[in-house]
Amino acid sequence: MGSMKEIFNSLLLKELLQGLSVTGRHLFARKITVRYPEERTPQSFRFRGLHALRRHANGEERCIACKLCEAVCPAMAIRIEMGEREDGSRRTTRYDIDLHKCIFCGFCEEACPVDAIVLTRVFEYHGERQSDLYYTKPMLLDNGDRHEEQIAADKAADARYR
Amino acid sequence: MMVETLQQLLPGFLIPLFNGLMQLGQDTFGSAWPDIVTLVWTVVKAMLVLAPLLGVVAYATYGERKVIGWIQIRLGPNRVGPLGLFQPVADGVKVLLKEIVIPTRADKAVYFLAPAFSFAPALIAWAVIPFNDFLVLANINASLLFVMSVTSISVYGIMLGGWAPDSKYAFLGAMRSAAQMISYEIPMGLALVVVLMVSNSLNLVDIVEAQGRGWFAGMGIKFLSWNWLPLLPVFVVYLTSVFAEANRAPFDLTEGESEIIGFHVEYSGMAFAVFQLAEYTAMLMGCALVSLLFLGGWLSPVSFLPDSILWFLVKTFGVLVLFYWVRATFPRYRYDQVMRLGWKVFIPVCLVWLAVVACWMLSPLNIWK
Repeated sequence: MGSMKEIFNSLLLKELLQGLSVTGRHLFARKITVRYPEERTPQSFRFRGLHALRRHANGEERCIACKLCEAVCPAMAIRIEMGEREDGSRRTTRYDIDLHKCIFCGFCEEACPVDAIVLTRVFEYHGERQSDLYYTKPMLLDNGDRHEEQIAADKAADARYR
Repeated sequence: MMVETLQQLLPGFLIPLFNGLMQLGQDTFGSAWPDIVTLVWTVVKAMLVLAPLLGVVAYATYGERKVIGWIQIRLGPNRVGPLGLFQPVADGVKVLLKEIVIPTRADKAVYFLAPAFSFAPALIAWAVIPFNDFLVLANINASLLFVMSVTSISVYGIMLGGWAPDSKYAFLGAMRSAAQMISYEIPMGLALVVVLMVSNSLNLVDIVEAQGRGWFAGMGIKFLSWNWLPLLPVFVVYLTSVFAEANRAPFDLTEGESEIIGFHVEYSGMAFAVFQLAEYTAMLMGCALVSLLFLGGWLSPVSFLPDSILWFLVKTFGVLVLFYWVRATFPRYRYDQVMRLGWKVFIPVCLVWLAVVACWMLSPLNIWK
């Protein structure tokens, strides 16, 4: 008896029509496509994009060469060399991030005691040679200078959750 | 006689010009002139069908991508031109600029003949498709038979396309596709036998007009008199066989791009594109046939609206959308399932309904008098 029922259901195309009705509903559903260059998905203030080194308001770089970021980096993408500046303060002489290695986990930002290394919202960048994606200290400081306003706003938004 | 027909078709202000041209031709070519006029007029008519058809084929690919996109809650192509409307142009240019890689051991003549062999029948069959009761290139008596026989030739394109490159994958693919197409021609043929039984004609124009008569048509609801309702099982079988015959999803294991691939593995560039064009032309052909044989062609669904070529176009387009819809819905059949469906389900269903309709026609309840 059960098999008779099955035969009738298949002859009457029951399941095929059910399937067609599902796809037919989707035909008129609201589309979820984001037309990327014109439209963008919203970004969190915790977005982890391109790295930047920040400065204090007086223009002094924040980084104190504690090397915590270098130590925490799971991809070993950060390379820091440290030295004493003429005024006797402890500063980095070299601060490189290899973006090929970086996995954008944001641990460096978490580890930093002085909010020096941060991940900005910038994600549209490219390199035309391999060396283009090896960011050195001046490049990182430059990133920081360029996006300081946004970085400060994001840090302030995040502060209440810390 | 041709000249008089043409004269009637022209707008008034062109007639003096036309007459002058005719006189000039008569003076130059003499007695051969009427034949030349007939020839040119036939070519012009053929172009009037072919040129829009090729345009529609190009935009059928665009429509397919759009509809499938919408069903998958995407937008479909929208980058090239407004709403992506120039996408077929971009595709065409891309495919024309691509290199055609010919396998070393291929039989070159056959290799290039194969796409033509699969494309040509799909186009030729349009010669007998009536767009309404007078807009038809060749209104021949056995047009249904003509369509059946011409579309069968496209199997040769598939066989040659699989044979010529001397590749075992292409060859096996061709074997599969040929077996599939031939198998589905049988239920298709049986379905058509039922149709011609009830309409008592092999002429497509007569078949359509026969659908405009009947008990429901007399009451003004013509669409219930069309063949789809009294021949519902046959309609479903025919529709599905058209899917299989045109190698469309869910029977598109001829193409089977994600797993087994088919007879055109060794084709690239324009040679491959011609196979695709053939597939889409055959699909449009199938849609047109479904709307002529079962959905009343150019007949209007209700008697207070006039019959028009628009109805035919709307119905064909509707069936086309159904093709896309089905493609976006069902997974591809396994090869043995395709064969099982054709031989063990469709042929028996057709034979049973053939007997039922035969008895129905002999009984006093006959509705096709």
